[in-house]
Amino acid sequence: MLRLEGLSKVYGTGDRALTDVSFTVEPGQVVGLIGPSGAGKSTLIRCINRLVEPSAGKISLGDLDITQLSRGGLRQARRRIGMIFQEYALVERLTVMENVLSGRLGYVGFWRSFFRKFPPKSVENAYRLLDRVGLSDHVNKRADALSGGQRQRVGIARALEQDPDLLLIDEPTASLDPKTSRQIMRLIIEICDERGLPAIINIHDVALAQQFVQRIIGLQGGKVVFDGSPDELDADVLTRIYGEEDWSATIRKVDEDAEGTEDSAEEIAAALDRERLAGLT
Amino acid sequence: MTTATAPAFPTTWSRPPFIKRAWLRWTLYLGALLYMILAVGSVEVNWMRVWEGLDRGLRFIQGFLLPDFTSRWEDILIGMEESLTMAVTSTVAGVAISVPIGIGAARNIAPLPVYAICRAIIALSRSFQEIIIAILFVAMFGFGPFAGFLTLSFATIGFLAKLLAEDIEDIDESQAEAVRATGAGWWQIVTYAIQPQVMPRLIGLSLYRLDINFRESAVIGIVGAGGVGATLNTAMDRYEYDSAAAILILIILIVMAAEYSSGYVRKWLQ
Amino acid sequence: MAPVMTDTSSEQVTSGPVWRKRTTKQELALWLGWLALAAFFIFCWQIMTKTTIWAFVYDAPRQALDIGSRMVPPRWEYLPNLLEPLWDTIAIATLGTLLALFMAVPVAFLAARNTTPSTRFIRPVALLIIVSSRSINSLIWALLLVAIIGPGVMAGIVAIAFRSIGFVAKLLYEAIEEIDATQVEAVSATGASKAQIMDYAVVPQILPAFAGITVFRWDINIRESTVLGLVGAGGLGLRLQESLNVLAWPQVTIIFILILITVLVSEWVSAKVRHAII
Repeated sequence: MLRLEGLSKVYGTGDRALTDVSFTVEPGQVVGLIGPSGAGKSTLIRCINRLVEPSAGKISLGDLDITQLSRGGLRQARRRIGMIFQEYALVERLTVMENVLSGRLGYVGFWRSFFRKFPPKSVENAYRLLDRVGLSDHVNKRADALSGGQRQRVGIARALEQDPDLLLIDEPTASLDPKTSRQIMRLIIEICDERGLPAIINIHDVALAQQFVQRIIGLQGGKVVFDGSPDELDADVLTRIYGEEDWSATIRKVDEDAEGTEDSAEEIAAALDRERLAGLT
Repeated sequence: MTTATAPAFPTTWSRPPFIKRAWLRWTLYLGALLYMILAVGSVEVNWMRVWEGLDRGLRFIQGFLLPDFTSRWEDILIGMEESLTMAVTSTVAGVAISVPIGIGAARNIAPLPVYAICRAIIALSRSFQEIIIAILFVAMFGFGPFAGFLTLSFATIGFLAKLLAEDIEDIDESQAEAVRATGAGWWQIVTYAIQPQVMPRLIGLSLYRLDINFRESAVIGIVGAGGVGATLNTAMDRYEYDSAAAILILIILIVMAAEYSSGYVRKWLQ
Repeated sequence: MAPVMTDTSSEQVTSGPVWRKRTTKQELALWLGWLALAAFFIFCWQIMTKTTIWAFVYDAPRQALDIGSRMVPPRWEYLPNLLEPLWDTIAIATLGTLLALFMAVPVAFLAARNTTPSTRFIRPVALLIIVSSRSINSLIWALLLVAIIGPGVMAGIVAIAFRSIGFVAKLLYEAIEEIDATQVEAVSATGASKAQIMDYAVVPQILPAFAGITVFRWDINIRESTVLGLVGAGGLGLRLQESLNVLAWPQVTIIFILILITVLVSEWVSAKVRHAII
């Protein structure tokens, strides 16, 4: 169970990305996080595994208070949290297998990982996962030789190789065509069901969210403005999240970014970029 | 779902090797290893001499910390003056000659015989180190910066004409096509379609070459082609490490200033 | 320079606007710029040629012919004497490049904005090392090192290494600064340690650039190591210096030919290897 209490984030530039966000994700629950660009979806998801340091508030995963962890403790906690990224974020020059095995990095020492000598169980599991996501034939290919949908499958396998207690999924379909998007979403939901795995999915496409998840949280300007089931999403709610628009015609219209939030969206994206590299220094 | 009925998966995996053919891989590895052993083995080091030299090394480091600008200031000044003027004149002359040669060496606008001649000049200029050219020019034109000027001009041609030719070969063919379609002559194509595309980079490269020419001018003095290299060589010969350090520090400072300002100029040009 | 319409409000009302590439003002500035450059060139020329003895310059064509005639025919029997220096030259370039890599890699990581431990204190030091190494030609390094550790191949190796550090580190740190942040983020999100992040996210991204830079620098180093012997640092240059001292021009020709072949072969090898990597 994941619980966020009063989570806030202010970037060094003074941009307020999140304000007093609180919610709880029950075991096995898949939550869709919607909202316009710059609403803080990416920041929120990255605060949970502290790729971005929260400014205030508390995050607990089970009994563990993630915000209080030391460096070593944080590494241990990250092992339990799988993450799937928008642009797949595979290490392009490594093979598919190395990408999947990198999910075990938190469990093995440096030299073992350096010589790619992972425990037999991890290797077996990696093969099984690649089979599960339908990539058995691509084990030794380099990641940059795959198509977008295939890469995202590798990304999913990498996250599952961690054997996580929670999945954080950042715009999993943003770079994919509509058909592949649905296939990937279906795969994610199936896997979450199989394992009873809770997940938070940032998602751009409201229709896609409605189709696949059980619960939707709407963010606007860094605040939670909606939290309920997909059926409750009506024109009123969408206006609250995205701003004024004719929602009756087709709900898919919301693909376009809401106006007015875009300037700060760019600044936040830049600030986010800087923090993401902080892990290196 | 990890039941016993699940198909068995391999429990080991190793990364596919970079070179697929095993015999080739091992030949290369062993060959490289053998070469390394032989090469390292062939290096003769006179450790006694190195031990004695450490004292000098120490004095040189001291010289760097406390450089002596004053006692050889006159010589340094003359050397720097020669180096800087050599760098400027040779860059200007070199660029002026490089432009026609560069155009001649671009396959898409030059006829074959011209292309062959220009490419041959470029290859000749690029194959030999500045210092070798300097030796020849000093033998022909006598000691002093004039030989250095010729050396650096010649070296500039090999560098600049080659890059210029490659730039022209890489230009957006559609623009040249558009100009050609209006019935323009060769000269008009060069001035209207090619020059605007190539000019900014040519200026950037010229500034970069000015920087290189200055650095090289500090070297060719060793064989008598003028510049601060001669002063440096004298200082080293007389074991005046503090003066030598002063010269090196000046060179580093001037190169840094040149790099900084050329970056500024390039930004300003755009 | 965008084409600009000339001012139409004043005199050309009747004839309509006349298109010109530049305005009069721009044209003037351009000409002044050229004029300034020419003046500066003449000024530098005057200073540079202060000490030139023009008689020698006028005499140059005759000298050239004289040297040229003495350079042929090349003394082919001298070739066997050059094989050992050739081996040394290649060893200087190869071992010097390898030595440089060991020192350049840490410097590059300290200089790259995204990996340096401190932008304020350590990065400037790393940049200073890079610029110092780059500003000083390998021949000057060799001059210093021959004085310090004595003449021979060792001085050549160290000179090549010192000169290459700046080159390799500069190109490498630029490659490091361009790496894709999301790949780093993804690997850190798995709970990997810093060393593992380096191994799995950073190194794979910079490895092709690193290999390319290495081979490129090795090619340059072959060229440079052919002449290091002029100041006593071993290799072909040593024989060149000896031959020049006794004005043995037919031997010089042979050495030139050998240098030319070596340079061409190394260029071919480096092009092949770079092609195979990328």
